[in-house]
Amino acid sequence: MKFSLNPNAPDRRLLDEGKRTRAMTWIMAIMLFLTVLSGALGLGMLGATNQLDRQLAGRLTVQIIEPNAELRDQQAKAMVASLRAVPGVVRAEEADRARLAELLKPWLGDAGLDPDLPMPAMIDVDVRGDAGVAAAEAAAKRIVPGARIDRHAQWLSPVRNFMSTLTWLAAGLVLLMASATGAVVLLAARAGLDTHRDTIEVLHMLGSTDLQVARLFQRRIAFDTLIGGAAGTAAALGLVWFLQSRFGALGSEILSGVALEQRDWFILVLLPLSFALLATFAARIAVLRKLGATL
Amino acid sequence: MANIVQFENVGLRYGTGAETLSDISFTLTSGSFYFLTGPSGAGKTSLLKLLYLAQRPSRGVIRLFGEDAGALPRQRLPGFRRRIGVVFQDFRLVPHLSAYDNIALPLRVAGMPEGDIEAPVREMLAWVGLTDRGKAKPPTLSGGEQQRIAIARAVIGRPEVLVADEPTGNVDPDMAERLLHLFDSLNRLGTTVVVATHDFHLLNRIPNARMMRLEKGRLNDPTGALKHPPGSS
Repeated sequence: MKFSLNPNAPDRRLLDEGKRTRAMTWIMAIMLFLTVLSGALGLGMLGATNQLDRQLAGRLTVQIIEPNAELRDQQAKAMVASLRAVPGVVRAEEADRARLAELLKPWLGDAGLDPDLPMPAMIDVDVRGDAGVAAAEAAAKRIVPGARIDRHAQWLSPVRNFMSTLTWLAAGLVLLMASATGAVVLLAARAGLDTHRDTIEVLHMLGSTDLQVARLFQRRIAFDTLIGGAAGTAAALGLVWFLQSRFGALGSEILSGVALEQRDWFILVLLPLSFALLATFAARIAVLRKLGATL
Repeated sequence: MANIVQFENVGLRYGTGAETLSDISFTLTSGSFYFLTGPSGAGKTSLLKLLYLAQRPSRGVIRLFGEDAGALPRQRLPGFRRRIGVVFQDFRLVPHLSAYDNIALPLRVAGMPEGDIEAPVREMLAWVGLTDRGKAKPPTLSGGEQQRIAIARAVIGRPEVLVADEPTGNVDPDMAERLLHLFDSLNRLGTTVVVATHDFHLLNRIPNARMMRLEKGRLNDPTGALKHPPGSS
């Protein structure tokens, strides 16, 4: 009995096709559907977290709280000029007051647009590297000791932590699915051995080795996993693609970061192949162990 | 002639029950023909199972082809089984395979290339008189036809020992004689043949055959052809 890809090969007929059920294919389709969705969630969250880190790691906002508008403007200009001279600072811009007033409008009404309202001066700073952040903070304190400095990464750290948790959760789900698949394959292989016990006994008495019998099962289970897995993966990838296009339409900076990259799609496409290999291995172990307990 | 099978004080017990076989000792010489007789329930099938390595003895020593079969590691059993052809009492044909594929099974198990299989299988189908039944599935064959397919499957690998358990139990007397003739012709080619039967009419059909008789799990030697305890003439 040799391995053959030909569907009409004699060794492919040794196990009765009439006793074969399609349950395994359906189970694998569902498993891979859920696994690919979990994997997509994990990869998307990982990408979004990395993007968030890149965007926020070196971003600061310096607030100058000074009731005297003239003095505040002078301090703001001096602050911008000084920060631009700090090594590592990529950008230092004073936020447009009209834009700030627009943002405050829901809370303050039209009064937010009153030029006499003592709104703090806000200076957005982009810095490269941790050393640059420290230098920018020191420079800001030197110029205006009362200036308040906010790191954006601190504001969004709960969001980042949540996204990181989702990434780990997704990874855990993929592992759980892989374990469940292995368990399903073990059960299917054992059930298959019982179903085909008569044929296997005859094969053994004719001098068949355990490995030859195991190959019959592992090939069948790998085939079912591949077929079911491909269907489940295709459905899941379609859903992921649809959701991704919907995220894009939301216009959210964070959600748009959840988009999968080419590498992520490639990893997801490899999942059914990985599961087929896992199923093959699990079937082999199950059959060899069970046969090993017989004579 | 060389001893091909040797049983020394062999006992077989299933579970914790009484011994099915007790103190079985005999020697089979290469190229001989043996009948194993005895009433139903005497232990013939159990003895044959020990012979074709479907069971290990509870005690005693079985030497097959010069080696202690009881001490063989599991991975060496297939190699030994390929040297023994078995005709099971219930045929044990694979029902979803054609007669052709059933006969071809031992060759495929042995890894023979597919191109080399057809000629010997066709030859075996002709030998058992079923040339035109190659595509038939076992359930569509008569008892006698199934029996002949089972015999063809047992001998296609040119085994050194052929073991047949009640091979004529399901066929009419004419067919029984024809099957016996098949065993005899195989024996003439050098195969050691052991046929278990309780049909005394068959025993005289093979002039040179020796007989072992089992009763209540113990071996008697009514013909004197086979010595008991151990050793053979």
